[in-house]
Amino acid sequence: MRAQFVFHEVWIGLRRNLTMTVALIVVVAISLSLLGTGLLFVKQVDNTRSWWQSRVQLSVYLCTSSALGGTCAKNGAVTPAERTAIKNELLQTHDILSIQYVSQSQAVAQFRQEFADNQTLVKYLVKYSASQIPSSFEIRLKNTEADAAAVTSVMNGAPGVADVVDDTTLLDQLYKLLDGARNAVVVIAIFLLVAAILLVANTIRLSAFNRRRETSIMRLVGASNFYVQLPFLAEGMIAGLIGWLVATGLLIGAKALLLSSLQSIFPLGVQLSTADLVEVIIVAMITGLLICGSTSFLTLRRYLRV
Amino acid sequence: MIHFDNVTKTYANQGRPALESVSLDVEKGEFVFLVGPSGSGKSTFLRLVLKEERPTSGRIHVAGKDLARLTNWKVPHLRRRIGCVFQDFRLLPNKNVYQNIAFALEVIGKPRRFIRKVVPEVIDLVGLEGKRDRMPDELSGGEQQRVAMARAFVNRPMILLADEPTGNIDPATSIGIMKVLDRINRTGTTVVMATHDAAIVDSMRKRVIELEYGKVVRDQSRGVYGQAY
Repeated sequence: MRAQFVFHEVWIGLRRNLTMTVALIVVVAISLSLLGTGLLFVKQVDNTRSWWQSRVQLSVYLCTSSALGGTCAKNGAVTPAERTAIKNELLQTHDILSIQYVSQSQAVAQFRQEFADNQTLVKYLVKYSASQIPSSFEIRLKNTEADAAAVTSVMNGAPGVADVVDDTTLLDQLYKLLDGARNAVVVIAIFLLVAAILLVANTIRLSAFNRRRETSIMRLVGASNFYVQLPFLAEGMIAGLIGWLVATGLLIGAKALLLSSLQSIFPLGVQLSTADLVEVIIVAMITGLLICGSTSFLTLRRYLRV
Repeated sequence: MIHFDNVTKTYANQGRPALESVSLDVEKGEFVFLVGPSGSGKSTFLRLVLKEERPTSGRIHVAGKDLARLTNWKVPHLRRRIGCVFQDFRLLPNKNVYQNIAFALEVIGKPRRFIRKVVPEVIDLVGLEGKRDRMPDELSGGEQQRVAMARAFVNRPMILLADEPTGNIDPATSIGIMKVLDRINRTGTTVVMATHDAAIVDSMRKRVIELEYGKVVRDQSRGVYGQAY
């Protein structure tokens, strides 16, 4: 009885305010889906970062006879003595997780494997410049972010070292791009959420004005505040819920189309799971209900006093 | 039933108080006319009883409750014991007679079975048999006021406040309205009616309280509208 009455009132309210309701739903839907996209981005970037964290390495390339970098041009190809010196030097740096020597022939083999689908290139290289592929030390650090720069500066210029390549500097650019995209999405979402809040307030105000006769009579015959306010509150919440449902659809679509195609660029280990998506959708729902509910409530306190 | 003890009400931005040092008692089951020119404080009196306004000073008791001590969230419960009728009827134009009356019970959460039982009873009481499906704009002024009275009375309030209920109605129809109010009064409901209508006051011979510039200038049992000693 009570529930049926309240729902009837809500339905009347939503229908009378159709344009405002639709505007509200659209804005809530878009802001929630942008917020959700932002959150998915955050997850993607975090996942990618931690995946790489355990894999990034420093490559210390050693001199070949024809290399020009570092001390190579002066001293020529690395000597076994220099190699041992470099290795000892690296091992003294206490926070090294692993160190691996990749000889020239191993490097060539790796090259063959990585470019297996480009046989022309492989053939050309092996034939003419196999001797130019440098041997190297592949180093993993315990704490890459903190120590990579230090190791790099020590190694650069050491005798027999041609070049030091720090993977993180490559990744940093990728991160910057992703972080920028994420921030842009989140900022837009916040602006839209503010718009949604104002729209909710306005919709409730209009609705309260439209139904001032009903509410004045309700107060007169002694309806409790809860009863007077519930239809309005429910109106805001239902609009929010519908907006959230639309946003859920958009988010699933966004994950399928946008993020999945982005993921083809990323390594396989960091795909976003369905659980991630569900989590984001739940966060969006809570945000939507909270925004619509609390705004309705606060607006009502101003316009429906006893 | 209604007890005013030295009540003064001054509205903000107004020099003269709307009610000044009013003390009076209305007993259970009484029928009281509140008379006086416009601006004499009749409406303020009714609004104070409903706790729509707070007195500037003085104490008000309604149905045994001290209004100053009544918390805001208990005000609705006070209003459930008070029925209200106005000059302008205040019906909902998109609801028919039955729905208008039932609305008053729906919004205080009465069960549907109860509503189905009492609404037809009260429609009969105010003399609107056979018109339960009419919309307000299909009714005469007198009939609309009967609907408003039915709505005010359907929850069996202890007090019925009527603010110029015959103000928009011709004299002949007004007699019917007064008969309904009298009928309601006979069920034991206290009735307080603010009015300008001398003929009605004179014909009913009930207690008359006259206000002028916010003060009680006359309180007479079995009185008439004009001063007649």
